[in-house]
Amino acid sequence: MSDRVLGLVALVAGLAYAFASTKIPTSFLADPLGPKAFPMILGATTALCGLLIALKPDRPGPQWPAPITWFALAIAVSVLIGYALTLKPLGFLIPTAVAASILSFQIRPKIIASLATGVGLSLGLYAVFRFVLGLSLAAVPRGWIA
Amino acid sequence: METLSLLADGFAVALNPFTLMLAVAGCIIGTIVGALPGLGPSNGVAILIPLAFSFGLDATEALILMTSVYYGAMYGGRISSILLNIPGDEPAMMTTLDGYPMAKAGRASDALVLSGVASFVGAFLATIGLMLLAPMLAQVAFLFGPAEYFALYLLAFSTLGGIASNNQRKAALAACIGLAIAMIGLDNSSGMPRLTGGNLHLMDGVDFLVAIVGLFAVSEVFIFIESHGKSSAIGVKLDKITIPVKDIIASSGTMLRSTVIGFVAGILPGAGASLGSFLAYMGEKSYVRDNSRFGKGDPRGVAAPEAGNNAAAGGALVPMLTLGVPGSGTTAVLLALLMTLNITPGPLLFTERPDVVWGLIAALLIANFVLLILNVPMVRIFVKVLSVPPSVLLPGVCMVSFVGIYSLSGSYFDLLLMIGFGVLGYLLRKLDVPTVPIILGILLGNHMEDSLRRAMVLSGGEWQYLFSSTIAIGLWIAAVVGFIAPLFLKRFFAKPVPLDDTTADTASADSKPAS
Repeated sequence: MSDRVLGLVALVAGLAYAFASTKIPTSFLADPLGPKAFPMILGATTALCGLLIALKPDRPGPQWPAPITWFALAIAVSVLIGYALTLKPLGFLIPTAVAASILSFQIRPKIIASLATGVGLSLGLYAVFRFVLGLSLAAVPRGWIA
Repeated sequence: METLSLLADGFAVALNPFTLMLAVAGCIIGTIVGALPGLGPSNGVAILIPLAFSFGLDATEALILMTSVYYGAMYGGRISSILLNIPGDEPAMMTTLDGYPMAKAGRASDALVLSGVASFVGAFLATIGLMLLAPMLAQVAFLFGPAEYFALYLLAFSTLGGIASNNQRKAALAACIGLAIAMIGLDNSSGMPRLTGGNLHLMDGVDFLVAIVGLFAVSEVFIFIESHGKSSAIGVKLDKITIPVKDIIASSGTMLRSTVIGFVAGILPGAGASLGSFLAYMGEKSYVRDNSRFGKGDPRGVAAPEAGNNAAAGGALVPMLTLGVPGSGTTAVLLALLMTLNITPGPLLFTERPDVVWGLIAALLIANFVLLILNVPMVRIFVKVLSVPPSVLLPGVCMVSFVGIYSLSGSYFDLLLMIGFGVLGYLLRKLDVPTVPIILGILLGNHMEDSLRRAMVLSGGEWQYLFSSTIAIGLWIAAVVGFIAPLFLKRFFAKPVPLDDTTADTASADSKPAS
């Protein structure tokens, strides 16, 4: 079942890609092949692969995680997105400690150990980046240091 | 003679104290990276590249550091294979077959020492092979025009999809995904934006480091969250390190044969170290007269895949340096490093930048001795590394990846793109779609298209030009055969199943006989 879905998604995506490729603007500096041809071939090949996968799926299919695990993965993705967005405005230390603690807790649900991991990683990595590699990372939000 | 004088110049570069320190540091980091399950060589090298830049290393130094990490990871991968029955990296999969049973029989230290020596033999001889073969191949590479390069890129994808994967359809799909991503951005020849959807961030295209770190490192975090790090098995205790002289002598023939097989497998573009260790193991198993102990702790079954995978690691550098076509996932990452450093691999590299090539070769020769010391007498230190729990390791790897990518471009967009690649990588891995062809596609996509378009310019649009030389035709035939032949040889290429602790201990690993 999973492979049939994968195949159909690839089929549709490949056709869409090939179609989008026909809209690529060409310039007067034209070579015989032009900028459209190769992407169109790729789109068509992707669609063909998708079709073949949908027609002949692997057995047994993959083991998908339980709904609760999907929820955990969604949390992990949101934590990472939040980390990406706060790394600059809030400095390195706080977002790293928070994100690392949550991820650590998700792998092994022990609260104290996870908090220790988060804080330890945050301080340890900051020391390595700042003093060993010489990266210019802001440690804390800009306003905190006069 | 010329080789020797060039090598002497190389040693002059490599013996500079700073370079030497980088090589040793690379070996140590590499062995750790290799030993830790969940942090493979391509992964480790990819995460370290942005950090190497921020360290301000020049081309030779960066390359020496990263290749030492690469070699080190190949050595280190065996440690968790043997002690935990979990391959530290993909090529070390075959080492679990006999390594873990040997460790369970109380011979963990023998297995570690033997595989360390086998790794050394494989890697050292392969480095010498690289030294002798690469300049010759570089001469041949001068004959390559756009038509030949196009066929060569195709060969890389088809061997990767054919021999090195279980499902050709999915490997081909992965290659297409990678190539399709590579097309995004400004077109090299016409300067027009392609498939960017009007997004300014995508004008420069998708940075391959972002894709690599996302697909490998970030997706690994998701895999571990799903499994709650359960895969960290109990494993086997290690006692005093002794040298199993008898086993080493008894398996010296195995090591040499496996080195040759692994080196050849490594040179095949797109095949890489996993194939090297696989072929070395299967080859040795069908070669020896009494193979009844294979899969139950035969020392030769430990020596063969380790010599094979390390030799393949050296072999894979040959096409990477001479033709710019990587032989494996990790050499693809090394190629990304070279391209970012503005060094174009290929025949000209050997004439224009001999310091880079020969400095690298000399450094690798030195690195092998360092690695032998690290991996035989000092192996206990690295065994300790295995006790780092995934709940500390994975968040750490993730944070390092974020800072690395952030320091590279300083843009949120790349970080979000990296998370996106992480999700994609997780889904694809669950669906059994290989991710290495995606990386190769992103890396080689523009070169592949350029060579096709240049070939068409040269011939005025005549597609027959693609098959106009003997080399091109040979490469096309190899590509087609490499992709299709495994379909008929499926039985031979079926992977043996590693020993499963949950079933009976005597579970035989030789599920499929080699036909």
